[in-house]
Amino acid sequence: MNIVIENGRVIDPKHGVDRSASLYIADGKVAALGEAPAGFVAEQRIDASDCVVCPGLIDLGARLNSIEAELAAAVAGGVTSVVVPPDADPPLDEPELADRLVHRGAEIGKARVLPLGALTLGLKGERLAELAGLKKAGCVAFSQANAPVVDTEALLRAMEYAATFGFAVWLQPQDYWLSRNGIAHEGEVASRLGLAGIPVAAETIAIATIVQLVRDTGCRVHLTRLSSESGVDLVRQARNEGLPVSFDIGVHHLLLTENDIGFFNPHARFCPPLRTQKDRLALSEAAAGGLAAICSDHTPVGVDDKLLPFGEAKPGATGLEVLLPLTLKWAEAAHVPLPLALARITSAPAEVLGLESGHLAVGAVADVCVFDPCTTWQLTPEALKSRGKNSPWLGYLMAGKVKMTLVGGKVVFGG
Amino acid sequence: MYNPQLNKDGELSHLLSIEGLPQRILTQILDTAESFMEVSAREVKKVPLLRGKSVFNLFFENSTRTRTTFEIAAKRLSADVINLDINKSSTAKGETLLDTIDNLVAMHANLFVVRHASSGAPFLIAEHLQRIGRDDVHVVNAGDGRHAHPTQGLLDMYTIRHYKKDFTQLRVAIVGDILHSRVARSDIHALTTLGVPEVRAVGPETLLPKHLDKLGVHVFHDMNEGIKDCDVIIMLRLQNERMNGALLPSAGEYFRHYGLTPQKLALAKPNAIVMHPGPMNRGVEIHSAVADGSQAVILPQVTFGIAVRMAVMSIVAGN
Repeated sequence: MNIVIENGRVIDPKHGVDRSASLYIADGKVAALGEAPAGFVAEQRIDASDCVVCPGLIDLGARLNSIEAELAAAVAGGVTSVVVPPDADPPLDEPELADRLVHRGAEIGKARVLPLGALTLGLKGERLAELAGLKKAGCVAFSQANAPVVDTEALLRAMEYAATFGFAVWLQPQDYWLSRNGIAHEGEVASRLGLAGIPVAAETIAIATIVQLVRDTGCRVHLTRLSSESGVDLVRQARNEGLPVSFDIGVHHLLLTENDIGFFNPHARFCPPLRTQKDRLALSEAAAGGLAAICSDHTPVGVDDKLLPFGEAKPGATGLEVLLPLTLKWAEAAHVPLPLALARITSAPAEVLGLESGHLAVGAVADVCVFDPCTTWQLTPEALKSRGKNSPWLGYLMAGKVKMTLVGGKVVFGG
Repeated sequence: MYNPQLNKDGELSHLLSIEGLPQRILTQILDTAESFMEVSAREVKKVPLLRGKSVFNLFFENSTRTRTTFEIAAKRLSADVINLDINKSSTAKGETLLDTIDNLVAMHANLFVVRHASSGAPFLIAEHLQRIGRDDVHVVNAGDGRHAHPTQGLLDMYTIRHYKKDFTQLRVAIVGDILHSRVARSDIHALTTLGVPEVRAVGPETLLPKHLDKLGVHVFHDMNEGIKDCDVIIMLRLQNERMNGALLPSAGEYFRHYGLTPQKLALAKPNAIVMHPGPMNRGVEIHSAVADGSQAVILPQVTFGIAVRMAVMSIVAGN
């Protein structure tokens, strides 16, 4: 089907495109930008007046507890590819499970599903999962999600094995011993509220260990959800050294701090925990400077799982439908130009994944997001397609509304 | 700042934490408690302030002393008191905390006295009551996790005011396991709110929360320095389980450094008072000669506790 998206502001961060132009799509790919290709006859014309036309968002972390609802939520949020961590029930540690997930995703036909295979069986951090088999079944990399590898030798062997095949390993840098009992950043707020703390050292010790093992094994590592200034510094040093290490930041950590816990607000419980204003600013600077990708860390949990005392409530927030508006909110507050902000959720995650997508050059897959950056909407449980209604932003106005989402040149949302 | 404890007129509707309460409310509670002191001395120890009201003691964590004093206080206010042993009832069968609350509200509860192992649990209940539009049902925090024990904090203030009269000239030391202590947090907020110029925290680094200075507290690791010239010494209970991890090597070593002995007490002002929220571990945090000595006011604290709890309950739930 030939589609033309007209009158929009086309932003393709990877190629420095930011202009009013028409985007021509044919055979599921970008056919041209600006002038129609010879002989192009549009079967569908999409009016994108007042809208931004950008590559579909690539979310480096979204849990799909109920896959149909969550994939519908993804495209409603302009997300065209979702990386799914392996901490499902059961954990994604067998090729068959990955195969089933990929097929189910394709069947639903909304956002593309990119599973992370479990690095170890049952995510127990002991025995290796069948990495090559999982890869063949469609896993894009391997991860423990939030589960620790307590045994450093097991981590070393896993990284050696992954490096053998050139697989990337994604790790949540959080020292098990320093974080196992904690529920909030070990700082002023935790001291005041009597919440067990997780020190910054939980993150820095884990990063230091992982970086040393990268140095020794050459394994490509992506660190997920950094939370601290010191953590960012360590990764920056590793990158300056030329080590193959990248990282991402959950969008909530760019906007919230430990102070948002207020009087024990369970919606402000995250893993890793929200830290100080200084940490938040360092994360923001890392994102603004192009060092890190931004992701939603979409974690839908049931209403009852948040109606509990802070320390008993499940951590995490719904994210797929707020990734774009919250990224826009961050960009505005941090004075980041729109194309740079969009790069963090399109081309930057594509780079982490080594994907061909995440841009709008001629010949690229037509994964496209069309959104109105000025339209506001109120975040209510009803406004969300996701089953996860858990958000620290309930009741807030969000600026930025997705009008249409295309995956492979097919309209999967809006229109 | 929004404070879930106060109603729209700025009056106390729940007592969840000392933090954020204005001095006038703390003083109101202490003054009211003073007026109740004579009730306990009467032949008929009752006033009708909560007649016809139901007070539910919801203890999700074991306690004898606190629960008993709340029960006595509620009875002296003529309330009906229902004690729920939660460990053996619904939550053990999987009922959520808020389901339990809904059921008790349906039984026309007027006041919940809540003790819970999780910091913040009474806040959750108070917010839930607001959400369901029951601003006629009140919550008093009887200890939540490590967070707060506001009635203990208030009875400590009552005790200090009783013996020292004026808060604004005092040096007060809190000694021991402050990290795990809800009493310490409530005492710190109460002392600073009431204008005590110097509040000290004394303990080893492993038992002190980070950033205590942000709460207006001076930190001391050496007990001799920490209690020097103090007017009030508040000793905290050291739980045996603290010895299981890497926080402390042994009870003996702890006592040598942080136990209150007559020799150490001599460093404080001669008329200094010694307080303890109980139950005491003699020979761990306090020497018997001090616990039973003339400067200890540990038993009067218990007596004052009843009047303070009467005051709190009558203020939040009275007509």
